[in-house]
Amino acid sequence: MSAVRTFVDLLARRRDSAALAPLDWDGVIGVARSEAMLATLAHRLAHADLPPTVAALFADQRAAAAVAQRQALWEAEMARRALAPAGIEFVLLKGAAYAAADMSCAAGRQIGDLDILVLASDIRRAENLLLNAGWEWVKSDPYDDAYYREHMHELPPLIHKNRDRMIDVHHTILPRTHRITPDALALMSDAVTSGSGYAVLNPADMACHCAAHLLADGDLQGGLRNLWDFHTMTRDFAEADPGFWGRLDERAALHGLQDAVHRAARLSRDLYGVMLPSRWDRHDPSDRWFRRRLLARDDWGRVTDPLLEQAFYIRSHWLRMPPAMLAKHLWTKWRKR
Amino acid sequence: MRHSIRIAVGPVQFRIGSDWAEPISALGRLYAGYPQDDALPAEATVRLFAARPWRRWLRPSVHIGGDFIVPDALPLPLSMGLLAAEMGMNLQVALGWRRHMLLHASAVAKDGRAVILSGESGSGKSTLAALLGEGDWRLMGDEFTLIDPEGGDAFAFPRAVSLKNEAIAEVAARVDPVRLGPLLAGTPKGDIRHLIPRPEAIAAMHEPARAALLLFPRFGGEVAIERMGEGEAFVRLTEASTNYVALGEAGFAALTRLVRETPAYGISYPDSATGIALVEQLWAERPR
Repeated sequence: MSAVRTFVDLLARRRDSAALAPLDWDGVIGVARSEAMLATLAHRLAHADLPPTVAALFADQRAAAAVAQRQALWEAEMARRALAPAGIEFVLLKGAAYAAADMSCAAGRQIGDLDILVLASDIRRAENLLLNAGWEWVKSDPYDDAYYREHMHELPPLIHKNRDRMIDVHHTILPRTHRITPDALALMSDAVTSGSGYAVLNPADMACHCAAHLLADGDLQGGLRNLWDFHTMTRDFAEADPGFWGRLDERAALHGLQDAVHRAARLSRDLYGVMLPSRWDRHDPSDRWFRRRLLARDDWGRVTDPLLEQAFYIRSHWLRMPPAMLAKHLWTKWRKR
Repeated sequence: MRHSIRIAVGPVQFRIGSDWAEPISALGRLYAGYPQDDALPAEATVRLFAARPWRRWLRPSVHIGGDFIVPDALPLPLSMGLLAAEMGMNLQVALGWRRHMLLHASAVAKDGRAVILSGESGSGKSTLAALLGEGDWRLMGDEFTLIDPEGGDAFAFPRAVSLKNEAIAEVAARVDPVRLGPLLAGTPKGDIRHLIPRPEAIAAMHEPARAALLLFPRFGGEVAIERMGEGEAFVRLTEASTNYVALGEAGFAALTRLVRETPAYGISYPDSATGIALVEQLWAERPR
């Protein structure tokens, strides 16, 4: 049994941690670190029967994740103080949103940059306010800068000069040039307020964004974590609201994300084991390539299938922009090497 | 990976994998006297690998990978594989360890009390610790000193000491040659040769010590001892810590307690013998 399979089985609670041989943990810990999910696993196995050194490592990870989460929410507060006085409303996205809404996938989840969504009409003002409040541009390359502004769904990344933390200010959730154009206005206007007072996407939109992020926008790097987010949030949303899957279908249709959302649901069933409603519980032969990509790690945490990795990398660019533009972009990037 | 080894240094259990046999056998020799428990899961992984398959044989160059990596880090020639392993191990601890506050500092201990030496490379902190460790001190480590945020004790990380340039001859003259690794000449960090700590230091690697002195050595120039205020020691140690920010409030509390409880001095010294005499003098005069 490969380490990545064992890791997924432990997350899904299909396997008893007490049945692992001591050295099986090497690979499990290595894979979990490579997927930035060691603290997630540590939470999942908080009450499990573990070798003492693994239990100690997991306790470290849970404590460190709690600190990191508090720091991430502090960044959200800093953004609020910069933007709210000028009347700019924003919605938290991804990790910070999951933490602000105290969702189960937030337990141990690594949070990188602060991702926020603002109305497209507010984006210039938001940028100026953040620059005044101490954030600075990271990229000084004029091509990259122009590329972000013309074609991407977010501003060029900004970093805070004192706290060294990045903020990604989005005006929608997929690049402008992407084949799919979600309804950004609907995302903003139907957002909800989380327990901590921050606006977050409503449950169906949050699952749509999660699936888009996993399957429509990237090369599935770190896919097991995004799929874990999707898996736990849909499970919890459906438990709280029996009509959730139907609402998710409607919202996915509105945003043009049915394929991504349905595939994410099937993959989360296949890997993490969840019961899907019959309308969702289908089989698509092409899913196997996604499963293979998600599980392509060896016991040393290395990506095992470089060709498949490359194929998904090309796919991500193919989805992001039309062919002629892609050719021009790659040509410019290649000449800059 | 083709070749691998498990090494325990202080509380950290490593596994190191390599595409080549040489770095692993060199590590095996340096770490032969360290406690070996093959049932202990590895918390940190280091990978030494060839970026392209043919680079395993053709002008072999060693890339440093693992749980944590430095993007764009330059590879090293295979003859410096041991240095690559050392850098890989340091990196995993510096970026991944969360149980203790990490200080980029050497340390020695006596009677359960530790002298912690913090300084940039070139300050002589490794050399001083190595030489003190050959006397009646226990070498705790030449690179990292671990501070327990709960109790405040210092814990050892006694990896093989990385001697550089002039320090090599100075230490080699005083120790049994079997305790020295191969000379790695002309590395990006200068000449390097590893020193295996004394068996007593390895045997005691899990024993905590309470910090008694915080020293900030500076090699070169006139002899000077300067008492350092808590504030300055605090700021210097935040800069010397790789996980101070990541530990949040616990890191702040641990560091505050350390600088409040421990007298700190800046010391300047023109040569190692004087440096050692200064440490011994401050140790003898320390408040008890």
